[in-house]
Amino acid sequence: MPLDWFPLRLSLHVALVSTALALAGGLWIAYLLANRQFRGKDVLDAAVTLPLVLPPTVLGYYLLVLIGRASPVGRVWEAVFGAPLVFSVNAAILAALLHALPLLVKSARAALESVDRNYERAARNLGASEWRVFWRVTLPLARRSIYAATALAFARALGDFGVTLMVAGNIPGRTQTVAVAIYDAVESGNGAAARVLVLVISVVALAILTLANRLTPESGPRH
Amino acid sequence: MLQARLKKTFAPKPDSAGFTLDLEFTATQGVTVLFGPSGAGKTLVLDSVAGFVRPDEGRVLLDDDILFDGAAGVHLAPRHRNCGYVFQNYALFPQMTLRQNLEFAAERRPRLERHRRVNEMLERFRLTEAAGRRPHEVSGGQRQRCSIARALIGAPKLLLLDEPATGLDAPLRAEFYEALRQVQSEFKTPMLLVTHDLAECFELAEDMLILHEGRVIQRGTPRAVLDEPANLEVARLLGAFNLLDAEIRTLDPGRNTSRVMLGEFEIDGPYFPGHLKGDRVTLCVRPEQIQVSARDGKLRPNQIPAELKRVVERPHGLRLEFSTEATTTIIRATVSRADYERYRETHDWVIQFPSEALRVV
Repeated sequence: MPLDWFPLRLSLHVALVSTALALAGGLWIAYLLANRQFRGKDVLDAAVTLPLVLPPTVLGYYLLVLIGRASPVGRVWEAVFGAPLVFSVNAAILAALLHALPLLVKSARAALESVDRNYERAARNLGASEWRVFWRVTLPLARRSIYAATALAFARALGDFGVTLMVAGNIPGRTQTVAVAIYDAVESGNGAAARVLVLVISVVALAILTLANRLTPESGPRH
Repeated sequence: MLQARLKKTFAPKPDSAGFTLDLEFTATQGVTVLFGPSGAGKTLVLDSVAGFVRPDEGRVLLDDDILFDGAAGVHLAPRHRNCGYVFQNYALFPQMTLRQNLEFAAERRPRLERHRRVNEMLERFRLTEAAGRRPHEVSGGQRQRCSIARALIGAPKLLLLDEPATGLDAPLRAEFYEALRQVQSEFKTPMLLVTHDLAECFELAEDMLILHEGRVIQRGTPRAVLDEPANLEVARLLGAFNLLDAEIRTLDPGRNTSRVMLGEFEIDGPYFPGHLKGDRVTLCVRPEQIQVSARDGKLRPNQIPAELKRVVERPHGLRLEFSTEATTTIIRATVSRADYERYRETHDWVIQFPSEALRVV
């Protein structure tokens, strides 16, 4: 039987989209946590970290409640797009996002906070708005750490199993990601397929983590 | 002209003592120096003027603009204050070239004018060659000039400098002072400069405020402050004096004389206003005002016998350290090499105090 590469392509697609979403949302949350004082900041910080510690079943349950066909979100989605959100690729993306976001927020916040305050002060002193300070000074100075965090988030998004299984299911050729396909292959006694997928996903993850390490500022050239 | 009245209190915390900044000053043309030890509040003053710190009370006025008014609740954002700031380590953006650093500062100007202005500043501060390089790729002198150029490109009404020469080697320091003098003559921007280096005050300042624990304890030209320290704190902070415990014996305003007892020895000086007979005071004598020689028979007025303890080589001449019966502390004297050679064989040194230049606090 020829090997089905669909799960790998799907996993990469899911990880890519969810990492992009996590980067956009995560940077914003990290900026708020690093620069602003507001009520509920501790709660936001904890809530963003929560997916790192909760069991996948709990996360999956929350997602099902939130986006299930009976939920308001699920109903609006279905009315607009004509298909349910659960058990779709988009649900898999949400599941992956849930894991990528906390990693990104944590690292991006640390990266933003590690930028020497005097650069930001200098920029403000030179007439820059907070928006410009962030895009022209803080972010470029933190960029290596943020690249590393993004790579890490991508690797994590690639590897989700539990939540994906609960909200996106195991539909071969539609929502079956690598992690789920491996489970499926092992269950059905297809050792050869499992071995190849395990090997491929391990190599991809190893490559990404090596890249992330290279990007961490200590080993890069100093500015 | 800058007029500032600042008050800010930091409550004591488990790991740090409390601190109160409470001062008022004006700064006009030229360089005004904020001098004081670390922790005196110098940088806090700069940061309050620049808007990085919000004082509890007070008012900051720059020409006709109100930058801060505690009572009226005005606290202008740093970007609207039009004060140039030269940071201690320059804070040039490391990811940008020198040109881009200047462009960043000029970004609010129209494109054509910006380009012209950046080129003009690069030219003026001899940075044209290095313009395409990043801060870590250029020399210390170029970095320093670039930071001044960047601060000046928006034509600020005031330039703030936070210990800009600290950590520089001697040639760079000289270059830096030269650059500041150029700024003074070409741009006429008033400057507020923080330092804890007395030599730097003499190099640059027309006006000097001495800060101690959040207050201004003396103000004047560096010369005037050194000649007439207002109190013991100032004399200590300047670090330029022998400070000796003494007691006032006689005071004669009519003849402009006083006599103090330094241990068992009588020392004559000018009239010391504001003191009473019998007061315990501190005699301030700068090492270069003391003359030393070999004892020649009877002690002359203002001489005390001394024992040479140590000879320290200095860039100019020597510093001799004496112990005496009259004082508990070592007395330092700066002398020329020739003077030292003349008496070096003696075991009977005498210290001659000046009478006119003598001060007590």
